[in-house]
Amino acid sequence: MRFMMIVKATADSEAGVMPSQELIDAMQKYNEELVKAGVLLAADGLQPSSSGLRISYPERGGKAKVVDGPFTEVKELIAGYTLIEVKSREEAIQWALRMPDPHGFGHGEIELRQVFEAEEIMENPIHLMKERELRKKAEEQQKA
Amino acid sequence: MTVVDVNRAIEEIWRMESAKLIACLTHLLRDVGIAEDIAHDALIVALEKWPNIGIPDNPGAWLMTVAKRRAIDLIRRTKKRDQKYTEHARGTDLYTEEDVGLVVNEEIGDELLRLIFMTCHPVLSQEARVALTLRLLCGLTTDEIARSFLLSESTVAQRIVRAKRTLRSENVPFEVPATEDRKERLSTVLEVIYLMFNEGYAATSGDQWVRPLLCQEALRLGRVLAEIAQSESEVHGLVALMEIQSSRLKTRVNAKGEPILLMDQNRAQWDRLLIRRGLAALERCERIGVPLGQYAIQAKISACHAEAHSVEETNWIRIAALYEALYRISPSPIVELNHAVAVSMAFGPSIGLQLVDELGREPSLQEYHLLYSVRGDLLFKLGRMDDARIEFEHAASMTKNEKEKSLLMSRAKECES
Repeated sequence: MRFMMIVKATADSEAGVMPSQELIDAMQKYNEELVKAGVLLAADGLQPSSSGLRISYPERGGKAKVVDGPFTEVKELIAGYTLIEVKSREEAIQWALRMPDPHGFGHGEIELRQVFEAEEIMENPIHLMKERELRKKAEEQQKA
Repeated sequence: MTVVDVNRAIEEIWRMESAKLIACLTHLLRDVGIAEDIAHDALIVALEKWPNIGIPDNPGAWLMTVAKRRAIDLIRRTKKRDQKYTEHARGTDLYTEEDVGLVVNEEIGDELLRLIFMTCHPVLSQEARVALTLRLLCGLTTDEIARSFLLSESTVAQRIVRAKRTLRSENVPFEVPATEDRKERLSTVLEVIYLMFNEGYAATSGDQWVRPLLCQEALRLGRVLAEIAQSESEVHGLVALMEIQSSRLKTRVNAKGEPILLMDQNRAQWDRLLIRRGLAALERCERIGVPLGQYAIQAKISACHAEAHSVEETNWIRIAALYEALYRISPSPIVELNHAVAVSMAFGPSIGLQLVDELGREPSLQEYHLLYSVRGDLLFKLGRMDDARIEFEHAASMTKNEKEKSLLMSRAKECES
């Protein structure tokens, strides 16, 4: 099963302040550990939200609304993620606990979330229906 | 955390650390059976202590310290006069709990490599190698291994006990083989991992088409091996093959658990992340710059499918050529059969049928159900429905996998309409 460790943003990460060398080294060592255990699938850091944008649909069936970053609610923003493949929830928790404090200075926060497995989606009639609709839409768009 | 939670956390930590523990202990004790027992002792100590003192910051090092101390105690207590043992006991300082930082990662990689060469040693039977590797390197329980192979727990337990005994009586050394043997021994290791993967990918018997646990374990072990044996081209080749094949794992069966063939799979649901990882592994493999081995070539074939958006867009000519290359380094009738399929996709079913008919005279393929299933498919495409039906029925009568049997029967039925 797959889990995503989501590292939350801080004022520093949003300001584009690079982490200390010490922290970079610790993170690198941690990633190496994940690789050596054969559990790391992907890991990336995200640029500050100032270079991002948000798309929302405030009206049902209406047009998309696009808002440029930066966004203010720092604690809800994401600064990076690490995707792992493990045997159990417990193992995922253990790996998440071993991640160094991602920002240092006691500001770090990591959120651990399980990824939906394809079979779970396959078994779920609502997901199946949504999938079929999406596919139909994509096909129609291709024809148009 | 409740006691139950702590215990589950401890068991999970032990599972994560057990291969490393056993590898290091085998180095100290030169006996993989005793090493496993002592690793278990360390687990029991943790189960006693951690619920009270809390889980240590570096649980792996904690377990290693306890286990090493026990190992050294054992060496001293038994007072073996064996020169090697006493030297070892003298040369190794007693570890204390303050020494948690002593565990060096690079060394552990070497120990793990030695351990896998040991569990895949040619003195053991193929089944013993697989069982022992799953137990010691993947940390699976006897019960989990038994369920994965549809065997009884006692059969697997016996297999493991006997394997450990054989390693002891044959004095199998705990080492990475010297250069001259290395290639051959490494191919034995890769064979064990791929066997595990295949057993999981397409179960040979029983009504379950895929057994994901074995696939996951094989892939994980492959990824570990790719890190500790980075210079071995074929290791990356095997990892690439497994990553790409795994990308289709979830599209191989429908909601009813029936198999879906490659050609009919929903490509949109192939796992792009695993495909990308597979292609990256293939790149690492090719960068080493030695002639590609059988796993790397199979990975390249798999990559051809992964990169094609549809069956029609697949580069079948390239696939046919790759099968030819594969046949040259590892000739087998099954490779020839696959070659024939690729040729038929590239140049039409009648040429394919010609090749398959020639292959049909091969005695080793007579009992192979896929020969008849391929022949049936080609006849079907040529519109020879009666002949096709007979082939599908014949193929169905030969397979032990229930799901596959029903797939073949439904294809036979298709020919009647």
